[in-house]
Amino acid sequence: MVPIEYYLGLSFILFLIGALGVLIRRNAIIIFMSVELMLNAANLVFIAFARSYQSMDGQVIVFFVMGVAAAEVAIGLALIVAIFRTKHSIDVDQMHSLGG
Amino acid sequence: MLLSEMVSYGPQFFSLVPLVVILPAMGLLINMVFGSRLPEKAIGIIGSAAVGLAFVVAVLLAVSLVGHPEGAVVPIRSWISIGDLNINWGFKVDTLSVTMMLVVSTVGALIHIYAIGYMHDDVRFQGDPGRYQRFFVFMNLFIVMMMVLVSADNYMMLFVGWEGVGLCSYLLIGFWYDKGEDGIGNAVAGKKAFITNRIGDFGFLLAMFIMFWVFGTFEFTAVFEKAPEISSALPAAITAITLLMLVGVTGKSAQIPLYVWLPDAMAGPTPVSALIHAATMVTAGVYLIVRSAALFTLAPDVQFLVGIVGAGTALFAATIAVAQFDIKKVLAYSTISQLGFMVAAAGMGAFVAAIFHLVMHAFFKALLFLSAGSTILGLEHAHHHLEHEGALDGDARETLHHFDPQEMRTMGGMKNRMKVTFLVYLIGALALAGIPPLAGFWSKDEILTEVARPNPVAFWLLVLAAFLTAFYMGRQVLLVWFGKPRSLPAGSAHESPAIITVPLIILAGFSILGGMLNLPFWHTFTHWLEETLTDLHVAEFAFWIAILSTSAAVIAIILAWFIYGRVYQKQRDLPQAERPDDPLRPVLGPLFTILEEKYRVDELYRKVIINPYISLSRFLADSVDWRFWHNWFHDSVITAGYNALSTLLSVRIDLGIIDAAANKLAEWVMLAAEKWRRIETGYVRNYALSIFIGVVLILGYLILTK
Repeated sequence: MVPIEYYLGLSFILFLIGALGVLIRRNAIIIFMSVELMLNAANLVFIAFARSYQSMDGQVIVFFVMGVAAAEVAIGLALIVAIFRTKHSIDVDQMHSLGG
Repeated sequence: MLLSEMVSYGPQFFSLVPLVVILPAMGLLINMVFGSRLPEKAIGIIGSAAVGLAFVVAVLLAVSLVGHPEGAVVPIRSWISIGDLNINWGFKVDTLSVTMMLVVSTVGALIHIYAIGYMHDDVRFQGDPGRYQRFFVFMNLFIVMMMVLVSADNYMMLFVGWEGVGLCSYLLIGFWYDKGEDGIGNAVAGKKAFITNRIGDFGFLLAMFIMFWVFGTFEFTAVFEKAPEISSALPAAITAITLLMLVGVTGKSAQIPLYVWLPDAMAGPTPVSALIHAATMVTAGVYLIVRSAALFTLAPDVQFLVGIVGAGTALFAATIAVAQFDIKKVLAYSTISQLGFMVAAAGMGAFVAAIFHLVMHAFFKALLFLSAGSTILGLEHAHHHLEHEGALDGDARETLHHFDPQEMRTMGGMKNRMKVTFLVYLIGALALAGIPPLAGFWSKDEILTEVARPNPVAFWLLVLAAFLTAFYMGRQVLLVWFGKPRSLPAGSAHESPAIITVPLIILAGFSILGGMLNLPFWHTFTHWLEETLTDLHVAEFAFWIAILSTSAAVIAIILAWFIYGRVYQKQRDLPQAERPDDPLRPVLGPLFTILEEKYRVDELYRKVIINPYISLSRFLADSVDWRFWHNWFHDSVITAGYNALSTLLSVRIDLGIIDAAANKLAEWVMLAAEKWRRIETGYVRNYALSIFIGVVLILGYLILTK
């Protein structure tokens, strides 16, 4: 069996990549993908702990997260389409009209 | 049998007493609400019937009193209740109050009936028939108030009536308020009566205040019971109360020095003069003294003063009456003089004599006024007729235009024109002059008898006044009725209709027979009033006084006949320039002028009281109120002070502190916002980073502190 630390390490790397992607990239779709990466890093941790503690709770939560992520993707993509229609771009840096 | 049966039912009738007030009040309300839609006759009948029914009630009360002479107090309800003071609205039924009710309702009913005819013509001569209704409303209101006055069982309720009759007097004197001298003469007369009465009422009010202070109650019985006790403990209080009551009496009963309003009150229609200013209202003062007999007997000094005031007024007014030419003015001064008799009697403790004379005077003075009214009406009719005939030349037309139907100098010889009026007038005049066996003789004689011993000064004043009374009445009768007519209307006057003459005949009957009420040796009236007034003594009939007063009256009448029957008629033949308007004028010289000008008392009052008062009020109005308060105080102190204060408040406090605080706060907020808004870049990643760092920090904290 693969020790749990490996899973945690992988998950940490994935989360880091996702977080950095969200903070650094400007393309909205890429940011979206990074968010998915972070969600799945979390899912991986849940699964890993569920396996390790022989508990179903973590697996159930993962299903929830996947469901929520699917809904989120649907809404998020719709938002991106709407933004693209008005701005003809999906560069998030161009959308800073809330800036003080 | 019937009478004794009724007598045994006595107490039941006592509870009817509120009706003497309610019935006239109903007449008043009906006439007030529906009067404008009713014909004149209906108005008059309702008004008269209301008073007539009150008379019936008064008779029932009198009948009950025969069986139960102690009377009763009929409480209606609590009226005023403040602290210790409890005043009930209650009616007092005793021989004194019922006597007054009978007088008021008898004379009142007759005068109301008379007024049906009199006012019918009067409203047409004065040119406003719409006021017919108003007249009867006021007259009924007067009866209501007079009944409240005489039936009260406490001083407060009496005061309500006292003020109420004063109001009615004012309303009725000014009944033709748009007529008279300069179009306001009658209104001025009404005002004068009201204000003069207010001065008297002020005294009465003060008396009541002291009474409350000392006695703590206004109820007659309670006050009179406590009076001897208070008198020994605090004699000054009784003196003050009675003295201030005397002030009230001089106002209401037209005594020196407040009598001046009564002659002017003749501006009212003649039935008013008869009812209010001769028969009833003006006797309220006498009633007050007699009602308060228990207080007055405890203050001998005040009693003496009352006697002197009364006797002085009796003589003073009688002298003025000698030189008046207005038929109603003579009667007005005669009324003042006769009221002086009553007040003098009441002051000397001759309470029965005072009330007896009050009743008799009500009859014959009402009779005299009403027949004078009938005379005036006859002259006005004749005058009206002549003026519209148009068959006269310029001069006669001119004198006719200025014809005054109350001027005795243009009357004369009317005894053949108005026979009934003449006869009743003669009866009234003889009754007033005190010729036996008419009413006035008995009552005046009783007063003189009672006064003779305690106060000889007052006695001789009154004898002299009685002499003058007979003289001026003789003068008036001779001037009005005898000789040749001195003007066209006087020569063509006609008798008044029956509605006017019948009440006159009834009153004449009372004036002839009234004296039987209290004949010497029987003293019916004295025994009647004994039930109410204690400490009465029966006046012994003194022949020397009867002979003295009768011979004085007879001599006066003969003298009057000699002057006005003989000398005056002879002087008529003299040429106009040498002919005096009154044969006494050359004899008395300036004295006659002074009498004619009423001792110039009005002018004196004007100079001493009214003008200084006007100057004072001018000063107060112009200088104090306008210049000081309005101009200086308002502009300089209030306006300027207010401006300064509001400047301080607005500039210093509002702008300087409150606004500044708000502004500073806003500035700070703006400065802070200017700095902090830099944080809000609008870039998604910045927000994401801060959320990320925040999550890391919070989670790190939670994990590390576990």
